[in-house]
Amino acid sequence: MSEQEAVISKELKVGADVMIQMINVHKWYGQFHVLKDINLAVYKGERIVVCGPSGSGKSTMIRCVNRLEEHQRGQIMVAGVELSNDVKKIDEIRRDVGMVFQHFNLFPHLTVLENLALAPIWVRHMPRAEAEELSMQYLERVKIPEQAEKFPGQLSGGQQQRVAIARSLCMNPQVMLFDEPTSALDPEMIKEVLDVMVELADSGMTMIVVTHEMGFAKTVANRVIFMDVGEIIEQNEPEEFFNNPQSDRTKLFLSQILSH
Amino acid sequence: MAADVQDDLAPTRPAIWNDPRYRAVFYQVLVLAAVLLAGAYIVNNTLENMERRGIASGFGFLTKTAGFSIDLHLIEYKEENSYGRAFLVALINTLLVSAIGIVITTVLGFVIGVARLSNNWLIAKLAAVYIELLRNIPLLLQIFFWYFAVLRILPSPRESHNAFDAIFLNIRGLFTPKPVFEPGFSAVFIAMVVALVGVIFMVRWAHKRQEETGQQFPKFRTSFAILIGLPLVAAMLAGFPLSWEYPVLKGFNYQGGLRMIPEFVALVLALSTYTASFIAEIVRAGILAVSQGQSEAASALGLSRGHTLRLVVIPQALRVIIPPLTSQYLNLTKNSSLAAAIAYPDLVLVFAGTALMQTGQAVEIIAITMAVYLTISLVISALMNWYNTRMALVER
Amino acid sequence: MTDAAHTYQPGQHPDLPPPSNAVGILAWLYKNLLSSWLNATLTISAAYLLFLSIPPLFQWLFFDADWVGETREVCSREGACWVYIIFWFKQLMYGRYPDAELWRINSAYVLLVLAAIPLFIPGFRWKQWIGVFLFFGYPIIAFYLFVGGSFGLTHVESPLWGGLFLTLVIALVGIVTSLPIGIILALGRRSSMPIIRALCIGFIELWRGVPLITVLFMASVMFPLFMPEGVNFDKLVRALIAVTLFSSAYMAEVVRGGLQAIPKGQYEGAQALGISYWKMMALIVLPQALKLVIPGIVNTFIGLFKDTTLVLIIGLFDFLGMAQLVGTNPDWVGFRIEGYVFVGAVFWIFCFSMSRYSQHLEKKLHTGH
Repeated sequence: MSEQEAVISKELKVGADVMIQMINVHKWYGQFHVLKDINLAVYKGERIVVCGPSGSGKSTMIRCVNRLEEHQRGQIMVAGVELSNDVKKIDEIRRDVGMVFQHFNLFPHLTVLENLALAPIWVRHMPRAEAEELSMQYLERVKIPEQAEKFPGQLSGGQQQRVAIARSLCMNPQVMLFDEPTSALDPEMIKEVLDVMVELADSGMTMIVVTHEMGFAKTVANRVIFMDVGEIIEQNEPEEFFNNPQSDRTKLFLSQILSH
Repeated sequence: MAADVQDDLAPTRPAIWNDPRYRAVFYQVLVLAAVLLAGAYIVNNTLENMERRGIASGFGFLTKTAGFSIDLHLIEYKEENSYGRAFLVALINTLLVSAIGIVITTVLGFVIGVARLSNNWLIAKLAAVYIELLRNIPLLLQIFFWYFAVLRILPSPRESHNAFDAIFLNIRGLFTPKPVFEPGFSAVFIAMVVALVGVIFMVRWAHKRQEETGQQFPKFRTSFAILIGLPLVAAMLAGFPLSWEYPVLKGFNYQGGLRMIPEFVALVLALSTYTASFIAEIVRAGILAVSQGQSEAASALGLSRGHTLRLVVIPQALRVIIPPLTSQYLNLTKNSSLAAAIAYPDLVLVFAGTALMQTGQAVEIIAITMAVYLTISLVISALMNWYNTRMALVER
Repeated sequence: MTDAAHTYQPGQHPDLPPPSNAVGILAWLYKNLLSSWLNATLTISAAYLLFLSIPPLFQWLFFDADWVGETREVCSREGACWVYIIFWFKQLMYGRYPDAELWRINSAYVLLVLAAIPLFIPGFRWKQWIGVFLFFGYPIIAFYLFVGGSFGLTHVESPLWGGLFLTLVIALVGIVTSLPIGIILALGRRSSMPIIRALCIGFIELWRGVPLITVLFMASVMFPLFMPEGVNFDKLVRALIAVTLFSSAYMAEVVRGGLQAIPKGQYEGAQALGISYWKMMALIVLPQALKLVIPGIVNTFIGLFKDTTLVLIIGLFDFLGMAQLVGTNPDWVGFRIEGYVFVGAVFWIFCFSMSRYSQHLEKKLHTGH
């Protein structure tokens, strides 16, 4: 704990609001131990990049934050509310936590605008006109207002992912989770999505990003976490993390990922 | 001058027998000629044979007296009615058994398909056993089973199976009470109509209010309350103007009430349980076709489980389910022709069976019978194609 | 909670067994049967229903059933009378085929099984030739065995055929003849020649739009009118023609699905090599398309196999027809249920194993490539 706090204190004042707190979190798939004793505190306004080899549990960890996965031991608090089997609380937390998926998961039977307005209408009980106005604002923010009336299937991958980000933002979340947002994209589309994410980071959004985009980690993150075999192996400020990795596993991973 | 240049540039014409266009025409003419010749040969033989055997031709027989009775007729029919009338009665019987079968099989199929995906291991396994058992046994065998092995060994009317002294099951069929509408019933009927109209307006109003203010209204519960409550109040005010005519044992059989003949019961049971096993698989596949990611995305946005189902999963699953579902409805309608095997008076038994025996006009009668089924099939497939193009997801 | 107090070096945390409330029999029971009140109620009612129905069913099927004897008198008890099935077994299997000639049917069965076994051996190299033999050679041999009349075999008339044997004959003839016709119809439906296409579409949609029973009726009452005087063919042949017409339309649609799945590049590649239409289809497109639609063909066969029971309506005594017939025997009244259960079980075993096989193939096609 102390080591972690030390890291954070360099950038943020100690005592800043804790958005997400994971304490001794364990998770199993059947007999397989996926998450082992995860301890993590995410402060308001922090931008965390999580990296690690595939199967290291990084996606599982962030999916635990909005209860898409259930943990079996330990505590997870989001904005002061503890995650449990209580459906009301889960819904409450999910309203405040936005999530962007690797495969976008846009609703193919609804237009882009309907995709964005769906949750504000049904969850925030907003009048349709207002919800659509809000949606248009966010579409403009991700720079594709002209696609509003199209269906997701008519857009490129990069555009779809930007719509997905806008869809989450429409709920005005306090935290955004990104689960490998650029992994399913063609190379030429990665930049347009990252640009949106950088802009979002600049606006002060609390973000946890699972990604292999090390350039993004260097420029945007204020903490980089390296996970392997279900554990947090190492975490540090980006500069220290990349220039002076402590563990051998981190060194190996970095050499593999940066060599090409 | 210019023309000369053009000619020089035009590709050389191939010999006519090597030009694919002429080849195509040639083959088509050849095939068409062969088909027409074969057709003419068959028509010629048929005409000769019919003449020799003294079989009448043409559709004049439709107006002649049929002279046979039909056990089950929803419209007025007597022995002295025409073949045309008999055809109509039989067609209605086919449509009746299909329509009721379709309603039951849809409910059953959806329930079993959802049960197949249940978290409850026992329920899921029972649904799987149902599906695998029923769809791998011939339908005709199942019809026989229900008819000969279940309904035919029922006791005589005197020893009927009896539920609440109102419903009786015996070898003559299923007897249930028949509703009798007394004069005051029109008030209840009006209340039903009013309730229905009221619900439509309520739903519209709720929709509009949500569009404008965002407030949601418990539409389903309110509709339910209105639809049940209003007619009930009206019935109370009018002093319950509905009575039931109970079947009563008189002589050798029950009189009064509603009677469903055993052939009908067996056919509906077999058709709907058999088709439900296919529909269950379609429903399961449709729900599974909506990827896990869709409901995850909806949950991540904070939509409740009910809203996720209603707004995201069901609309997508239905697109996958409806086309094969319709073809199952078609199959059920076509399979209802197996009625002939247990003597339920459907189109095939009455028309392609009895009427054909009596008139001998095989060509006309088989043609009419086939045309009826073909029309139903083509109309439904046309509707389906229209639906598919309308609902297709727009892709790049 | 011992491990929680423990601190490990990063990356050294051992794999721990999951907490006991997440695995094991109790956790499984809880998760799959009792996770909510609704779930528990469902489980209990389903279990109660099974408790009510399964023991009596097994009592009837096995424990109280009568297995040995010669006459119906031994069947007086509560259970099923399997003596009835044993007594009529030969009729149910072969119809009225003469006793002395039954070896012909049995040897055809044996030959079929022997020839088909290599198809299921993965990596067997001559599968195509086995397939060719099964489709072209075997039917000829089987025809001579069943019909006889030459090579020293006595002639057995088709009205004597019956039972499961007849069912298999109709289904297999239906599938073997409908495949080539179906392929031609499917090619025709995708042809660029409008008249050919229209004829094929008309043919396919006609038979797919009407119930099989009307086709069988047509075959039994109209075919005799179609032929010139004196030409008369037997009831079985008429039924076979009807079944072939009907199933070739369904087969055409299955094959069409396969043709549509072949990428355009395959056609273009063949054309670029200067191969003619028929050679392109026979050598490049069809082999790939047919491989893709094997599951579809098996499913069509399952449907056809179940539908063969309809021939009893035009007076042929197939497996189910035979069960109906012996069910009306005055000496053996009252055992229809046993007959239906037996026939149903045999059909079920055939259809279920074939559908499992086709699912297995489908899985292999999806993951293989």
